[in-house]
Amino acid sequence: MTDCFIYDAVRTPRGRGKKDGSLHEVTALELATQALQAVRDRNRLDTAELDDVILGCVDPVGEQGADIARAAVLKAGYAENVPGMQINRFCASGLDACNLAAGGIMSGQTDLAIGGGVEAMSRVPIGSSGGAWPEDPSLAIPAYFVPQGISADLIATVDGFSRDDVDAYAVQSQKRAAEAWKDGRFAKSVVAVKDALGQTILSRDEHMRPETTMQSLGGLKPSFAEMGALGFDSVAIQRYPHLEAINHVHHAGNSSGIVDGAAAVLMGSKEKGDALGLKPRARVRAFASIGSEPAIMLTAPADVSKKVLARAGMQTKDIDLFEINEAFASVVLRYLKEMKLTPENVNVNGGAIALGHPLGATGAMLLGTALDELERRGKSTALITLCIGAGMGTATIIERL
Amino acid sequence: MELVQFKWEQDGEGIVTLTWDTPGKAVNLLSMSAVAELGQVIERIAGEASIKGLIITSTKQGNFCAGADLDEMAGISGAGKDEAAKAVFDAMMGIHRVFRKFETCGKPVVAAIDGTALGGGLELTLACHHRIMAQDTSGRIGFPEAQIGLIPGAGGTQRLPRMIGAMAALPLMLESRRIDAASALGLGIVQKTVPAAELITAAKAWIAANPKPQSPWDQKDFRMPGGGPFSKSGAQVFTVGNAMLRSRTYDNYPAQRFIMSAVYEGLLVDIDTGLKIEARYFTRALLSDNSKAMIRTLFHSMQELGKGARRPKEVARTEVKRLGILGAGVMGAGIAYVSALAGIDVTLIDTTPERAEAGKTHSVKLFDREISRGRSTSARKEEVLARIHPETDFAKLRDVDLVIEAVFEDRQVKAEATAKTDAVIAETTIFGSNTSTLPITGLAGASKRPENFIGIHFFSPVDRMMLVEIIVGKHTSDRALATAIDFTGKIRKTPIVVNDSRGFYTSRCFSMYTLEGLMMVAEGITPPLIENAGRMAGMPMGPLEVLDSVGVDTALKIERAWRKEVKNSDRPGAPEEIMAWIVDKSGRPGTKAGKGFYDYDNRGKRARLWPGLFSYGNGTWRSDEDVQEIIRRLITIQALEAARCYEENVITDPRDGDVGAILGWGFAPFTGGPLSMIDTIGAAAFVAQCEALARKYGERFQPNSLLRDMAKTGDTFYSRFTRRKAA
Repeated sequence: MTDCFIYDAVRTPRGRGKKDGSLHEVTALELATQALQAVRDRNRLDTAELDDVILGCVDPVGEQGADIARAAVLKAGYAENVPGMQINRFCASGLDACNLAAGGIMSGQTDLAIGGGVEAMSRVPIGSSGGAWPEDPSLAIPAYFVPQGISADLIATVDGFSRDDVDAYAVQSQKRAAEAWKDGRFAKSVVAVKDALGQTILSRDEHMRPETTMQSLGGLKPSFAEMGALGFDSVAIQRYPHLEAINHVHHAGNSSGIVDGAAAVLMGSKEKGDALGLKPRARVRAFASIGSEPAIMLTAPADVSKKVLARAGMQTKDIDLFEINEAFASVVLRYLKEMKLTPENVNVNGGAIALGHPLGATGAMLLGTALDELERRGKSTALITLCIGAGMGTATIIERL
Repeated sequence: MELVQFKWEQDGEGIVTLTWDTPGKAVNLLSMSAVAELGQVIERIAGEASIKGLIITSTKQGNFCAGADLDEMAGISGAGKDEAAKAVFDAMMGIHRVFRKFETCGKPVVAAIDGTALGGGLELTLACHHRIMAQDTSGRIGFPEAQIGLIPGAGGTQRLPRMIGAMAALPLMLESRRIDAASALGLGIVQKTVPAAELITAAKAWIAANPKPQSPWDQKDFRMPGGGPFSKSGAQVFTVGNAMLRSRTYDNYPAQRFIMSAVYEGLLVDIDTGLKIEARYFTRALLSDNSKAMIRTLFHSMQELGKGARRPKEVARTEVKRLGILGAGVMGAGIAYVSALAGIDVTLIDTTPERAEAGKTHSVKLFDREISRGRSTSARKEEVLARIHPETDFAKLRDVDLVIEAVFEDRQVKAEATAKTDAVIAETTIFGSNTSTLPITGLAGASKRPENFIGIHFFSPVDRMMLVEIIVGKHTSDRALATAIDFTGKIRKTPIVVNDSRGFYTSRCFSMYTLEGLMMVAEGITPPLIENAGRMAGMPMGPLEVLDSVGVDTALKIERAWRKEVKNSDRPGAPEEIMAWIVDKSGRPGTKAGKGFYDYDNRGKRARLWPGLFSYGNGTWRSDEDVQEIIRRLITIQALEAARCYEENVITDPRDGDVGAILGWGFAPFTGGPLSMIDTIGAAAFVAQCEALARKYGERFQPNSLLRDMAKTGDTFYSRFTRRKAA
């Protein structure tokens, strides 16, 4: 099997995913384009050498529709022989795009590829692509569909995480993200989004609230209680009938932020990298995806982590850094509990609660964040994982070279 | 063209009025032959140039059409499963073709709805271009299909949402709501309401003004009202609707899910494809065991029992005009209310004038509630209340036709009341006891005329519970039974007839549910799991919540009496111990006190399980028990008791067993009742299930010999019964 090397990783800053967000004026295509241009320019890449560009995107409709990867390839001025493909595995799409690219390289069918993702959530709102899972009665009813927020609260209820537990985690995420920015730890990957004249539109993640405290979070009302009362709590309880009621603990302050952003990761074989004069930074050790119980939905990160560790022939203690997407605080707390981890080496630079979660791009962003931090710490291995809608998980293990 | 069910009249303007009047029937039913006639009609309407339009109406006095002909539908079958499916599907597609022709014939078709239009009848009107309904009818329109495990099958799932939007259409179909003309107009299901006498004039005026109408969905610029399933609002309707459906039904009713699916899938395509989708779901629903059981119990058996199927035919019709009630407590007051409503003069006796008067006040309160909801009037209230006479003097019972005793559940108290009544009533007057547990033959011992003595067991709250359990004692005469059944019919409740036994039929089977729940508590299964399993099983409440509502203290008393008198034991069983702990030790007698197994808010609404409950026993609870196993236990133990009642002749007619279970204690209606459920599962499989449970949980699950026999012969309760009746 061919080694898959990671040569570079870039991401845009994450813009607040609302009308007043800095990136709201920027099209999804432009976001993806600038990520592709940055990775090309930083590596003086002859794009004609690329075999594929794979981008994750969760709501691929409207301006994000119809294969935004090929559209971005063309707009970025890449050579026209470079194909593009958009994929969707919900929240892990960005990581799955990288895994797919890596799979091609490891199997010898691809020499050089870009994995990444894009989501302009302020412009194409979450849920825009519809879908059968929540709506089609022949699936939603027998499979106990509930929205993710209810699933997150369900995890907290099943695992006994209190409002204080989840809020405390959120405060820590904000603190870590703020320190990371102050310390310039994201500088290696983040490339500013600019306008056509070269003026900077956004150079920093803007969803963060470093001033967050337990007290300020304490004032927030649970976001999913009303939704639960419509019938979703009952659905969750029917699936987990040992519960009497759902404890609604999540709110905007301890859930991932809605943001705009894009990311690109350059990957290739050793031979191709050597030929192009690229310097490898890390190697993909293994990757995996898995399905899990879809009503509680967000518990697969532990399952898939165990799966990918086994595939890599590794154990938890062999991993130096963990990045688990902070979809909701309870997701991370359950992951820590199930994997028997302590917070010291998990999401050390904060996560999506502070920084935001641009759905299709996040996985690729986390890969870059983990890689940067391995280099900064001089450590070797990182495991990146995300929970996924409809009960799935994806994970990747990388090893610094 | 030969019409049997319809009358064809063509006026000078070329407008045809088609009047539906099925000969020899009280109501019109949408049968295959009616559809065939309608097919001929519409061909002629379309083909004859002189005809300008069509009006469909009926002459059945406020009853346009009561729905599809269920018997005929049940008769559609084939040599095998595939053939039956094809036959039903083809039949439904045949209806769709005729109804589509109504819409696409190019000439105006108007429904003049002079009263009730249900199911297929309503669907026929939806296939017309315009609907005018009589505003002065008491008739209702609606889709009752889901109540018996079916779905609207003549286009209702497709036309109604396209007309008023999925959000308004779904609840009408899922919850089988029946609405009056004003609501129908408000929702946009009918376009106009006029006095019944003006229906035809209004219809003709519309035809004259609209020579070439098209149904909205056949128009080029048609837009789904409220948006399709993937519009913003439409997505909410289905996403939330799916959850609400499960929340309300625990997904125990396949037909309701089919309705959701037919609407969802149908709205993603054109009307013709949508109708095909509906036909497939309808076929699936009609051929399911579930709908067969529901139709039998909730439609046929309920109707038959309501019409006096169990009445001794030799006895001439009786009529209760004056009723005496002993005891003006909750039950007595409730019986007074429903009886006065039915036009019966009621003498309501209690020990003090205040108590007797309080019994009448109950009716005042019920009326005030109805009036505040616009469902009754003060004139009606005065009229009905004038029929209730609170009294303390037994002598006032002299002229009554029937006495119902609803005094305290104590043999001595009841015996005294019986003797005092006997002293004044006529020799022919029937005496009914509303006891829920005490054997009738024993109580009849206090009467001089035990042949006139019968059990007439009402359920609480009397105004809402539709069942009356009539208990025949050893000496009860046919005349007493006939009187009780005739009386039940008059107050519009459904009677079942059972033989004397401790707890009779309903209390006996029902208590098995709560006792099993308590056994589970004793085993350390976490209470929320037990309660949720009860609800998921299709019961209206979890077993502990039920105990709260009947009174844990009451249940404890019954359990203690049973142990001492029947079991002759000094050692309380686990259920008794738990109830004693709740009532005696913790002072929590149930809902009436605001505290039992649950805490209740000040309006009596269930708040949460009492946190102290979790300290019972050693305070550790298992939450990993398989919920399906718990459901199986809760349901099996009740069905098994029903089978025992059948073997012991407590019930002699499976219709009584099934209807009584559903109406009496809310036994999972989708099964069609406990005996139907055993028939559906098959006796052999049910016996195997009982034996497996007996091995794990105890002898109480051991199947009786009747079931073992049936398992060997492959027999069912209903086939046994049919054979016995024939013999």
